[in-house]
Amino acid sequence: MAYLKSFGSALPERVVTNDELAARIGCEAAWILQMSGIVERRWAAADVSVVDLAVRAGEDAIARAGADRSGIKLVFVSSGSSERRFPGPAAETAHRLGLGDTPAIDLPLASAGSLVALALASRLAETVGDVLVIGAEKMSAVIDREPLDRNTAILFGDGAGAAWVSRDDGALKVIDSVLHTDGSFAESLRLEFGESISMDGRTVILQASRKMPAAIQEILERNGRKADEVVAFLLHQANRNLTTRVAQAVGAPVERFVSNVERYGNTSSASMLIAAAEWSADAKVSANEPVVFAAFGAGFQWGALLAAGAT
Amino acid sequence: MDPQARIRKVIETVIKKPVTLAADESLFDSGVLDSFALADAVTGLESEFGIKVPDADLNPRKFDSIARIDEYIAQRLV
Repeated sequence: MAYLKSFGSALPERVVTNDELAARIGCEAAWILQMSGIVERRWAAADVSVVDLAVRAGEDAIARAGADRSGIKLVFVSSGSSERRFPGPAAETAHRLGLGDTPAIDLPLASAGSLVALALASRLAETVGDVLVIGAEKMSAVIDREPLDRNTAILFGDGAGAAWVSRDDGALKVIDSVLHTDGSFAESLRLEFGESISMDGRTVILQASRKMPAAIQEILERNGRKADEVVAFLLHQANRNLTTRVAQAVGAPVERFVSNVERYGNTSSASMLIAAAEWSADAKVSANEPVVFAAFGAGFQWGALLAAGAT
Repeated sequence: MDPQARIRKVIETVIKKPVTLAADESLFDSGVLDSFALADAVTGLESEFGIKVPDADLNPRKFDSIARIDEYIAQRLV
């Protein structure tokens, strides 16, 4: 048994509007909104690193937990956009959070990374102790900048999200999780060293439209829960149009799918936890009411996690 | 109704307007289908033809024209 004790987030201050991007890439701002549901996104300054964002999100989750950070016994940091081949951001993030020699492990999985980290943390917490999960991305650094690539620049934003996974207490208890991988589409979404992100959007959308609802239905069915019972769906924030199709496929009202992609764009592995941090600030989940997390990303990696109100 | 007419009807239902392009013209390059409409079209084709498109076959190239979709469905129905 594990609990979700708190969430946290960090977002750069600079807002990049559709109007600004439209002028730079030569399209209509309305087209960006229609294709993605995104109104604006945040891009970090040149001197802000993935670790900087990760530390801020981690501090936010620790503060919201109201607990001593010495209780954290393991750190996972997911990032697909970290600046170095190695070490990844986990070690420096843990150091700057003042976590001493607490083990800190990188999960370079891109968009599904924080879901995978959350699932692993939930399974490990009972034996290891509390786990701090962070997803941090500087996606603005991995898109084509000169000239801006219209297919990716409109979608991606920077930010970080975090979750404190507790062995003992929290507002949500984790019930179950499912994780899947299909490497046959590895070329469809990738970031090669020294290059910009490469995405076959049609394949990604087609696969995500099937795989994410399937994972949600799998986790619900094997735990005897129905989609219309779920009080909140916290998905990787990739594209508003994709979220709408996932809602239709699982048969749940789209209003229950928490969305902030319109304000932050696709922040890859950070997005699901940023959404959770905003949602949890004023969410009231009664005992046993289900909440579903789900994500899909490069690999392809995808899955879902079922939690429920603890009290 | 022949298979290509049924495919055309499925696509028209998804995009809510007539599809006038030739069977071998690209549905993507012509702007008839975008990524999201393609996902809906695949679901519609499964329902119309009583087939299940496995995830491994969810490759846009297989659905790039009415003729290619016709060819793919014929294989699935064997």
